Amino acid sequence: MSQLTVARRRAISTTESPWIQAVLIAIALVFIALFLVLPLAAVFAEALRKGLGAYWLALLEPDAWAAIRLTLLTAVVAVPLNLVFGVAAAWAIAKYEFRGKSFLTTLIDLPFSVSPIVAGLIYVLVFGAQGWFGPWLAEKNIKIIFAVPGIILATIFVTFPFIARELIPLMQSQGSEEEQAAIVLGASGWQTFWRVTLPNIKWGLIYGVILCNARAMGEFGAVSVVSGHIRGQTNTMPLHVEILYNEYQSVAAFAVASLLALLALVTLAIKTWVEWRHAAEMRELSQLPPERPMNTVPIAQ
Amino acid sequence: MAASRRVLPGFNLTLGYTLFYLSVIVLIPLTALIFKTLSLTWDQFMGAVSAPRVMASYRLTFGASLIAACVNAVFGLLIAWVLVRYTFPAKKIVDALVDLPFALPTAVAGIALTALLAGNGWVGQYFEPWGIKLAFSPNGVVIALIFIGLPFVVRTVQPVLEDLEKELEEAAACLGASRLQTFIKVIFPAIFPALSTGFAMAFARAVGEYGSVIFIAGNMPMVSEITPLIIIGKLEQYDYAGATAVATVMLVISFVMLLVINALQGWQRKQTGAAQ
Repeated sequence: MSQLTVARRRAISTTESPWIQAVLIAIALVFIALFLVLPLAAVFAEALRKGLGAYWLALLEPDAWAAIRLTLLTAVVAVPLNLVFGVAAAWAIAKYEFRGKSFLTTLIDLPFSVSPIVAGLIYVLVFGAQGWFGPWLAEKNIKIIFAVPGIILATIFVTFPFIARELIPLMQSQGSEEEQAAIVLGASGWQTFWRVTLPNIKWGLIYGVILCNARAMGEFGAVSVVSGHIRGQTNTMPLHVEILYNEYQSVAAFAVASLLALLALVTLAIKTWVEWRHAAEMRELSQLPPERPMNTVPIAQ
Repeated sequence: MAASRRVLPGFNLTLGYTLFYLSVIVLIPLTALIFKTLSLTWDQFMGAVSAPRVMASYRLTFGASLIAACVNAVFGLLIAWVLVRYTFPAKKIVDALVDLPFALPTAVAGIALTALLAGNGWVGQYFEPWGIKLAFSPNGVVIALIFIGLPFVVRTVQPVLEDLEKELEEAAACLGASRLQTFIKVIFPAIFPALSTGFAMAFARAVGEYGSVIFIAGNMPMVSEITPLIIIGKLEQYDYAGATAVATVMLVISFVMLLVINALQGWQRKQTGAAQ
């Protein structure tokens, strides 16, 4: 058999005929166009239906600004807290062996499978007027539910696992040889973390942070339960969209929604960029000349 | 190796902080839900969770989630296949776009889908003359749940398809299998655990979903009212006991789904481990 026929048979055996390929690609693209592209396009089309003037006017409204500020504040508090937790949890789970580790990992994932409404409700049961700390908080005149702290707490809950679950598998796959080497060479724990671990996990970290941020800014259900919907005070952007929409202020609702859609597009762009950068770094690493085998001195005494 | 574990510092600090933060944010508030439920009598609990309106909401929530997860399993697999195996223009953009439902706030998805599917919308207008209502009906609920669940299936199946060894398919072809036989008997069994995981994740997410659904559902009692909305309704009437009881049912279902997903992922790891 000539080389050409071998190559052709190989191709035939592991792929489909061109027209089947074309049909499958067409079905996939139509599905994506209908379910993903069209809703995205509808947001901008509805927002700009009465022209750019009406669009700007809707965005410059004081209540819209208050909602934007509250959304930014929520993300600025919730994301760093979950970032610190994510790094701590990944360090504990990836670098050590201990009993109940897989159970702990499951518990960390739990907020992903709890309905956002249930997430909001549990904080009402703890901090609400009828809740555990309700009377005590009322006495001290501290408002958590139907106020900003409740919104931040509910947001922290729904975005809780994002960074941890990005970092745990990453740090597990990297092992801890490099950190052990740094410690043996005399670095302190913090030096090891900043100089060795952090550069190794930076792409996973950015990835987790932007996904966490997108969810934190966009969360609706959980925040809706604890917010109280006071205009200009406890309305985040998604809640503001709901109020405007229910008042039939369609253009204004879609104008604020278009900002959130832009946030989603920026998130996707950064996410894709991170994936490309990471893949490029992996390629560069694989093209380096192979290292000489290290002296296998046992690290433990 | 027992001693080398001790070389790295920070075990007590990181594990301690992890447990502390987990308790404060997740475990203690969830305990509040369980305690509140335990303060109800059995009759109160059953009365709240099995009222006809609540039963109708379970049927809608689980029925629509199941249909949406099935649609996502089929089209998610197709999209993952096309993205891994074929080349076409703008493939990278399509690949990035698959994650849109993860990044787009659910309320935005909700009002956008409603605008599209309403009787005068871009899509709804073609169905209205045939008497098919897409928005403000259970159909709308299914469509919203398809939207939010799609990336789960694509993103769990895609890496497994990428790692699939071509040699197996070549062997099947050499032994005389048609392409369809190869798919059914060689490829499909290899990706089935991942597909099941994606299906379960899409289903679990759909059951708890609120934001994208409430705009499009119409929220008619007994017809298009989802279970999370029942909880909201009870809360607005200050019926904390009733809200808690229904929330407990949903929480138990989340636990079960989480265990199912964990078991499926374990199966998937075992399968890929065995193949290597």
